[in-house]
Amino acid sequence: MNWLSSSSTAASTFLSPSALLPPPTHGFSSVTFKVWKKKNRCIRKARRIEISAKFVLEPPPYPLNALEPIMSQETLEYHWGKHHRTYVDNLNSQIDGTDLEEKSLEDTVVISYNKGDFLPAFNNAAQAWNHDFFWESMKPGGGGKPSGDLLKLIERDFGSFEKFLDEFKTAAATQFGSGWAWLAYKESKLDVGNAVNPLSSDEDKKLVVVKTPNAVNPLVWNYYHPLLTIDVWEHAYYIDFETRRPDYISVFMDKLVSWDAVSSRLEQAKARMMEREKEAERKKREEKPRSSEPNPEIYSDSDAELGADE
Amino acid sequence: MAARALLTRKTLASVLRNDAKPLGVGIAAATHSRGLHVYTLPDLDYDYGALEPAINGEIMQLHHQKHHQTYITNYNKALEQLQDAVAKADSPASVKLQAAIKFNGGGHINHSIFWKNLAPVREGGGEPPKGSLGWAIDTHFGSFEALIQKVNAEGAALQGSGWVWLGLDKELKRLVVETTANQDPLVTKGPSLVPLLGIDVWEHAYYLQFSNV
Repeated sequence: MNWLSSSSTAASTFLSPSALLPPPTHGFSSVTFKVWKKKNRCIRKARRIEISAKFVLEPPPYPLNALEPIMSQETLEYHWGKHHRTYVDNLNSQIDGTDLEEKSLEDTVVISYNKGDFLPAFNNAAQAWNHDFFWESMKPGGGGKPSGDLLKLIERDFGSFEKFLDEFKTAAATQFGSGWAWLAYKESKLDVGNAVNPLSSDEDKKLVVVKTPNAVNPLVWNYYHPLLTIDVWEHAYYIDFETRRPDYISVFMDKLVSWDAVSSRLEQAKARMMEREKEAERKKREEKPRSSEPNPEIYSDSDAELGADE
Repeated sequence: MAARALLTRKTLASVLRNDAKPLGVGIAAATHSRGLHVYTLPDLDYDYGALEPAINGEIMQLHHQKHHQTYITNYNKALEQLQDAVAKADSPASVKLQAAIKFNGGGHINHSIFWKNLAPVREGGGEPPKGSLGWAIDTHFGSFEALIQKVNAEGAALQGSGWVWLGLDKELKRLVVETTANQDPLVTKGPSLVPLLGIDVWEHAYYLQFSNV
């Protein structure tokens, strides 16, 4: 039952049904989580059993040639096989023996971001996470339009699907140098310290398009839930498109985007937000009884007016 | 390894002769009808294929005709828009354009220097520096090999897009190795810095030939 291994999978091309599964959070360091993931993929692992807290390079949820002719196998081989692999390998050697070793990948990214004063592990951790997210944002035969809740939200927050496309493509094309463009779901918190939006409602949560430089991603900002990304580092498109970044972006939206993945990430984000709100509510209710004891000096018609729960 | 292939004696010697202006003086410029300089793509002093096998012709052509040209086109556009904004006293627009000017103008400056830094082997490309430059390198870095190592290390460590520079600090009178992000010119790292040699480590500069090595 303990199919654990510290080396990345030997097979580099195989089809996995996880393309349509909701992408799990990247808690690679959890032992049981690893086993669950592996069972779904039916991987044959090396016989040597080693329990390790290190991160593993997961392959994209489709064979490396599955995105041809849009994104060539050669690109995937370099982009995933060299760039992504290097980020993971370097991250593992950086966290070796530090207390980052026990954290999930997402936690590592946020901790090493260190409010903008990056710790050494940040670039590798963030790029490892970003690339996992990127592979899962695409699928063979992708593209088209989103549907259901996601489409409704897009139309509500951007006006129309076409306007969203425009904004996303522009962000991706105008990110100077290396970076990423994102569609994210933003909670309705004010971006000022611990200020709380007193009239928060579902309407205040919205979809936004953001762009980030180099390895930065929206996880490091509070209250942003990434839903979709496109890699606009030159290595992502140079082999197939040379200098023509706008062409790469158009074709990515037309033919590669996995709206299923985006939709399921949206559902996950909504669930997480609801959890957080319930937590916050619960905490508020627990603190209430103390402060709502009526001041004995105050006369009032009815005790029920003071300290009543709403 | 990269630095060795790129240093040329001629142009660097002229810089150390206290030509304070950067090598970009040779940038060709036409004049706009409104008196605004319109920048044009400078020619290379050698053929696209002349640097093989160090850098192949395909990369040189793409790099020169597409990337550099794009920076120039966008730089001209941004300057025109800036002129308009200043004339109309439109401060928000003037300030907003600064990013585009820094990026595209920087791209133009940096690449103009870059082309001058390269030369085919038969014209001296790749030969170690001699004379006062060689002496300065030995003084400040210990040896030419040490400089190469430092430049390589800085270049490899740079995350994302940027440049590695061998520069002269005019005030402190010493050579320095610096990196800048995106297309920031060396002067953004210090007003007294003069670029002597710049290496483009944007992925477009090497990807088709070296991939991510």
